[in-house]
Amino acid sequence: MRGDIVLRVIAKLLISFILVFGLYVQFHGDFGPGGGFQAGVIVAAAIIFHALIYGLPMTRRAVPDWVVEIMVAAGILLYAGVGVVAMLLGGNFLDYSVLAHESAHGQHRGIFLVELGVGITVTGVMLMIFYMFAGRSRSSHSEK
Amino acid sequence: MSTTLIDTVLLLMMAASAVAIARTRNLFGVVILASLYSFLMATILLVLDAVDVSMTEAAVGAGISTVLLLATLYLTQSEEAKPIHNPAIPLAVALVTVGLLAYGTLGLPHFGSPDSVIHQHVAPRYLEHGLAETGVPNIVTAVLASYRGFDTLGEVAVIFTGGIGVIVLLRRHWRSDRDEKRRNEENR
Repeated sequence: MRGDIVLRVIAKLLISFILVFGLYVQFHGDFGPGGGFQAGVIVAAAIIFHALIYGLPMTRRAVPDWVVEIMVAAGILLYAGVGVVAMLLGGNFLDYSVLAHESAHGQHRGIFLVELGVGITVTGVMLMIFYMFAGRSRSSHSEK
Repeated sequence: MSTTLIDTVLLLMMAASAVAIARTRNLFGVVILASLYSFLMATILLVLDAVDVSMTEAAVGAGISTVLLLATLYLTQSEEAKPIHNPAIPLAVALVTVGLLAYGTLGLPHFGSPDSVIHQHVAPRYLEHGLAETGVPNIVTAVLASYRGFDTLGEVAVIFTGGIGVIVLLRRHWRSDRDEKRRNEENR
């Protein structure tokens, strides 16, 4: 499959569009359907698609393990961090109204950041699970 | 009318693929059929106007989990072992459960009914004041991220815990992985 030129060219075209669609779902979630979780799984699916066509080592070079590991934790830290910042600014935990001068603007800003955090963690976890499963080869298993 | 027709066709196809999954012994075929099942489910959710759930189902159910199952099949055998038990008892349990669930749906309010209990409590307030209070036109996002922000934080914590669990379980051989990588680099 990896040698098939049709698959490789079509994948190269498609992956960029899937990633852009993921970003659209992420940042347009306030207006259209979608949000952090959906965007996260779409971006993860695009990267897994890349791994299916070009092979896992190639994908691990493009998106290294340490980046994925940081993403797993960074998203939820961003989410909880927004809550803590709201507390520092005098509101309750996750009360976004204090994040801007106007209550609705603060809410909008908070929702944006929180959804971004959800997206980052979901992408990271999905990719991590895939890397862990696909990285286990038969040979390394039988060595034990 | 046309929606009912589409729903019926899709549900019949889902039932057919479920029966096929139960009857197939080749696990590769089962994985592909399960992917088909998820894709049909995503289409039904799309017909039901739940576009965001549909996106999740298509990406996770039909996409990522299929790839994960195929990766697992690569590590194991792809032929299901013969069942050692008589299938009569599980079949009876499943049929009784289906009967009870079908009986339970008789007590539910009509699909999409605005008079049902869940639409009487806080939902009207979210719908009336959501846009003014959060500035976000998509009320689903507003409820998930703002009104129910704490719940969503819990959900993200669940996903995070799942990822950490997979890392802890499957990364036992990280030292040998590193050695292997070093060996590969030396060979290069």
